[in-house]
Amino acid sequence: MQPQIRRVGIGIMLLFVAVFLQLNYVQIFAAKSIASNGANQRRLLREYSIKRGDIITLNGVQVARSVKTNNEYKYLRQYPQGELYGQITGYYSRWYGSDRIERTYNDELLGDVGVLSMQDIQDRLFDRGTRGETVRLTIDSRLQEAAQQALGDNRGAIVAIEPSTGEIRAMYSNPSFDPSQLAAQDSKEAERFWNSLDVTSRTSPLVNIATSRGYPPGSTFKVVTTAAALESGRYTPESTFPDPLELELPQTDETLTNFSKSTCAGGGEIDLFTALTVSCDTTYAILGLKIPDEIKDVADGFGFNTRLPLDIASEPSNYPAVPDNKEPLRAYSAIGQGNVNATPLQMALVAAGVANGGDVPSPHLVRDVIDPTGKIARHFEPDAMGSAMSSATAQTVTEMMTAVVDEGTGTAAQIEGIKVAGKTGTAQTVEGQNPHTWFICFAPADNPKIAVAVLVENGGSFGSEATGGAVAAPLAKQILEADRPIDKW
Amino acid sequence: MQAAPRRNSELSLLILAFILGAGAIALVALARNTKDIAPAIPLMVVLIVGYVVAHIVMRRTVPQADPLLLPLAAILNILGVAAIYRLSPEGFGPTQVTWTAVGLVFFIGTLLLVRDYKRIASYKYILGSVGIGLLLLPLAPGIGQNINGARLWVHLGSYSFQPGELAKLCLVIFFAAYLAERKELLSIASRKIGPFHFPDIKHFGPLLVMWAVSLAVMFFEKDLGSSLLFFSIFLVMLYIATARAVYVSFGMLLFAIGAYIGYETFAHVQQRVLVWKDVFNERYINNEGYQLAQSLFALATGGLFGTGLGQGRPDIIPAAHTDFIFSVIGEELGLLGTAAVLLCFLLLVARGLRIAMSTRDDFGQLLAAGLTTILGIQTFIILAGVTRLLPLTGITLPFMSYGGSSLLSNFILIALLARISHETDSAPPPAHTAEILIGGR
Repeated sequence: MQPQIRRVGIGIMLLFVAVFLQLNYVQIFAAKSIASNGANQRRLLREYSIKRGDIITLNGVQVARSVKTNNEYKYLRQYPQGELYGQITGYYSRWYGSDRIERTYNDELLGDVGVLSMQDIQDRLFDRGTRGETVRLTIDSRLQEAAQQALGDNRGAIVAIEPSTGEIRAMYSNPSFDPSQLAAQDSKEAERFWNSLDVTSRTSPLVNIATSRGYPPGSTFKVVTTAAALESGRYTPESTFPDPLELELPQTDETLTNFSKSTCAGGGEIDLFTALTVSCDTTYAILGLKIPDEIKDVADGFGFNTRLPLDIASEPSNYPAVPDNKEPLRAYSAIGQGNVNATPLQMALVAAGVANGGDVPSPHLVRDVIDPTGKIARHFEPDAMGSAMSSATAQTVTEMMTAVVDEGTGTAAQIEGIKVAGKTGTAQTVEGQNPHTWFICFAPADNPKIAVAVLVENGGSFGSEATGGAVAAPLAKQILEADRPIDKW
Repeated sequence: MQAAPRRNSELSLLILAFILGAGAIALVALARNTKDIAPAIPLMVVLIVGYVVAHIVMRRTVPQADPLLLPLAAILNILGVAAIYRLSPEGFGPTQVTWTAVGLVFFIGTLLLVRDYKRIASYKYILGSVGIGLLLLPLAPGIGQNINGARLWVHLGSYSFQPGELAKLCLVIFFAAYLAERKELLSIASRKIGPFHFPDIKHFGPLLVMWAVSLAVMFFEKDLGSSLLFFSIFLVMLYIATARAVYVSFGMLLFAIGAYIGYETFAHVQQRVLVWKDVFNERYINNEGYQLAQSLFALATGGLFGTGLGQGRPDIIPAAHTDFIFSVIGEELGLLGTAAVLLCFLLLVARGLRIAMSTRDDFGQLLAAGLTTILGIQTFIILAGVTRLLPLTGITLPFMSYGGSSLLSNFILIALLARISHETDSAPPPAHTAEILIGGR
């Protein structure tokens, strides 16, 4: 019977080999795809057994924290400031994953950066559990609160940037959301809130207007066009242009009229300096027809047509090149209409770029990462995205923008004894809807500390009478005023 | 009696098993509570003392027995205790240690009681009836109970046990004795049907009875795993005895027919197959397929090295301590751990078959081979199930799964193997000339 027993032995061995091969498949080759299945609670259970790091503002206000629970998901994420920072921090939810800062800095917040510090070893020895690192934002809570108050019930966004570093000091979009509700332990509660957010819609509170929705920038874009005109070497602030009641556009019977439905300087001629001060559309439409390529170059220099290098997801702003057979569109593009659209963050970068002598700073939201002992583990150095214009041009544009606030359309942003540089924008939208109102500015003009962009959708409470100067400029002024004691100017 | 070098190797291997096993239990205890391994110490002491006593009894009663049987059982069993202790330090963990102690008592009892294994052949009909009786016991009204859709349990007062575990031992002894007696008759193909030669139909009696019994088990207890096990052991033993592959083919055909009927008849069986084919489907993953999916998640999370003992979350797998104990090892010790366990089982099977091959009488050969085949095939059936190689059929992993019935019968099983190997190797080797004169085997 030995031969049969030997064959049975070989048979059993083959069965075991089959199990061994299957084990290799499950534990090695397909392990990643199997383990990452959403129904595998292990990753979440591990993550939620870690005291996730805090998110704090530059001035130390706690924006997100983890508190102990008494169930197997040991920590619960809370956002003590409610919806004030929802658009920045995003959420960390068992049910809906994570987003924004919570997502980008997930490894740091979990303490998963791959380096085992002395502190980690001590924590393990004394079973204190792993602790994550703290992420410190560049946001100043006082400016963030000022932005929220300034916007009030208006839909829109306010962005404030330090021009020399690109650090975002305030970024508030209305509507916003309270991430605590998505982080809730009760799946039903989280689901109810999630469903109320209308997540697939463009107007969902989850959409960060400041970074992710483009609007026609209107006349604020004239800052870009002005810079392009000066950079081209063909124009100076004193260059004169015709001042017609209506500008005849090439290739069509259409004409372009000023916003005021009149001439800008009483007919005759108008110089470039005055054209910016009073926001003369016809002058800039002429520039659009004359120097389309130069305008696109400068717009690209400011960051149009590329995704900004931000810590959180954002949408690029667009300044498309206009083909030769559609010349009228070039006139509209130069005044921030037509196919041009820009996010409030992009327009804040335009102001910051001018303020920073033509170098556009790389915008960012995180200053540094602090380990559990209080030591700075990672610091984010300021960086320039690129240059939009020479410093001489930036100087000239600053002078022209200062005149806008001193004696032009932006007088509502004046601050006693301080030179403020700004530009208004009142952007036409679709027929029958009130215009979007804009204001971009920086101050003090001779030593800029803060650059601000304000967008109020559809003119807010001003309705059809809304203009950037009347609606947005006073809000920007509130942010500037709030920054004065902080930056001491 | 001369000094037993085999027992000395057994002792050193046992010590190795103790070091590994006690280390695993200590790690598990530490992972649960950094300061205190004290509650785990009595468990280790009971296990070590139990195995040392078993070893001493082996020195006295079966000094020439195979030296690997007890250490392999010990390492698998203690590793299983560590995994169960990890899942349930207050409940199943200590209970499993108690069951191990009881199992070792049965191991020792078997060694002391069965002085000559050949004599148990004469009880074959009694054992066979007892086996079938045990198998059908859960069907008895009043004491039988359904757990997880299968009717495998018998309850007597506050005790419950799975009689199927003991039944398989009785039936293997019966098969071995029956086949040893009739192997010549069964191998003669006296009838010709078409191009095939078949033995006389009356010799198929036991085959058909077993087929009926395993189908009854499946139909009424809804336990595909056990019926597959019983039936395949019987086929393997029939093949060993007669060397006729036609039996195996015919038996497989019969089983296939039975399985097909079972699949068509029972939603329970159909569901197992559907879940196996598509376990990650939304429809199953949180319902019928939850346990298997969690087992695969555990194995996949473990990867090559595992999370470390006490560091994973195998407790998410429902009933991890019984049928899914292997997945617990897989999550926390990785492929290295599962491969090591697999290797231990393979070694155990190899030793068992080696014993079978070197034994000189038919009954001993068939018995050793049959007992070893139970171990090998049962291990394969459950491991193939938890790794999704085959549809899952609930059955215990020998020596590792939680449960008294399973431990008891497996300890009796290796005690019988030890007895057979001792008698084979302590008898004077037969003269080659004598073998030639008798005609050999």
